[in-house]
Amino acid sequence: MNLLEMKHIRKSFDGLEVIRDISLEVKKGEILSVIGPSGSGKSTLLRCAVMLETIDAGEISYLGERAAWVQDGVYHTVKGEKARQVRSNFGLVFQNFNLFPHFSVLQNIMDAPVKNQKRPKGEVYEEAKELLRKMGLSDKEDAYPYQLSGGQAQRVAIARALALNPKILFFDEPTSALDPELTGEVLRVIRSLADLHIAMVIVTHEMNFAREISDEIIFMDKGVVALQGTPDEVFEAEHGRMREFLGKLKH
Amino acid sequence: MAESRAEPKGTGAALLHRMEDNMSFSVMLQQMGAGMLKSMNIFFLTLLLSLPLGLVVSFGRMAKNRVIRTLVKFYISVMRGTPLMLQLLVWYFGPYYLFSMNIGGNYRFIAIIIGFSVNYAAYFAEIYRSGIESMPAGQYEAAKLLGYGKAATFFRIILPQVIKRILPAVTNEVITLVKDTSLSFALAYAEMFTIAKQIAASQTSFVPFFVAAVFYYVFNFIVAIVMEMVEKKLSYYR
Repeated sequence: MNLLEMKHIRKSFDGLEVIRDISLEVKKGEILSVIGPSGSGKSTLLRCAVMLETIDAGEISYLGERAAWVQDGVYHTVKGEKARQVRSNFGLVFQNFNLFPHFSVLQNIMDAPVKNQKRPKGEVYEEAKELLRKMGLSDKEDAYPYQLSGGQAQRVAIARALALNPKILFFDEPTSALDPELTGEVLRVIRSLADLHIAMVIVTHEMNFAREISDEIIFMDKGVVALQGTPDEVFEAEHGRMREFLGKLKH
Repeated sequence: MAESRAEPKGTGAALLHRMEDNMSFSVMLQQMGAGMLKSMNIFFLTLLLSLPLGLVVSFGRMAKNRVIRTLVKFYISVMRGTPLMLQLLVWYFGPYYLFSMNIGGNYRFIAIIIGFSVNYAAYFAEIYRSGIESMPAGQYEAAKLLGYGKAATFFRIILPQVIKRILPAVTNEVITLVKDTSLSFALAYAEMFTIAKQIAASQTSFVPFFVAAVFYYVFNFIVAIVMEMVEKKLSYYR
């Protein structure tokens, strides 16, 4: 069964169609990267998948369970307990982290599992410490977000998302707000997550990273999937728009 | 009045009269002290009621429902657009003139508390709104993704940050409120300023006004210190 399934998704903003009939599937443990020029709809597609945006047409399901769909032109989404259940499948790492500034690093990671998943505090604490160790941030437990560098903040954000034990983690341009040095440390952490066998959907402009880490790559252009396949298939393809995009990137 | 008192100077009877008539400083302080307690009573009760009420009003001001939003907007504009003293008079005499209700007993104080709370809630509502609307959408989105419900998102994630942001503006209002309690003299309620005026008139003395000034200044000095402490307490993050 597919972990995530998006079928015939369409999305417009003020009459401008940014996603035109996109379908995709993500299997358990699979790593999918979404690349493409700015304004091609990558981030919007991801925001639709995590239900931060409504969709104008199509259907989104997690583990076969419908999460959001459009019927007769009306947007529907699961409600109540079902919604909690569906949402617990996924987590999101934002471009600009969106840590809670009034919470310490530890509180940022622990608050949701304790308050929302009602898990025992001791257990969550042990897990949070382990996550911070993995992120190389063991000494930052009691720091507040304003005291962190961008790279550290993003790693805390990743730990925060992981603490809820999602089956699939979405990354919305996780390194676009970081300089090259900090980008490196965040990419290293994302790479290390591959061992955890959670599925990942990564919207990114880091081509080498995408090529190296992904099981599958989607190249989006003007709201459609222009190219899809294994990293080698996509990067070696004799596809005009893709070649143009990669060419521009080199300069 | 001052002239009539000064006139019989010199005659023994007049001197005796003046001594009896003259209130000692300690009696004056005692009377004004009782008034201070009443002023503080108005102050604390108004804060207690208007701070939460203001939050509710700000929700109405930002409501999706256009009818609610418009009504609340109108309420705020009336509260801010008319003198508080006039509002107090309306709250006190309104029930009598409009509905021929009996307004005796404790109602004077109740009218003052209603008038102040409803007025200050309007100002606080706009301060809350400015704070809430200044919060980046990312905070709501992160909370949603982490499984916080609507109420938890607001009270656990948004409101604490809003409070920090609006504290200087709230301090302004609170300090104004200390001084505004003196408007209760319009309803002849025996808070400090009303008493000060009465003593000043009966004693032809400037001293009660001076005492009143000191009282308000010290009260506000304490308010400023307290608010500064709260600000410091919230300065552990940025």
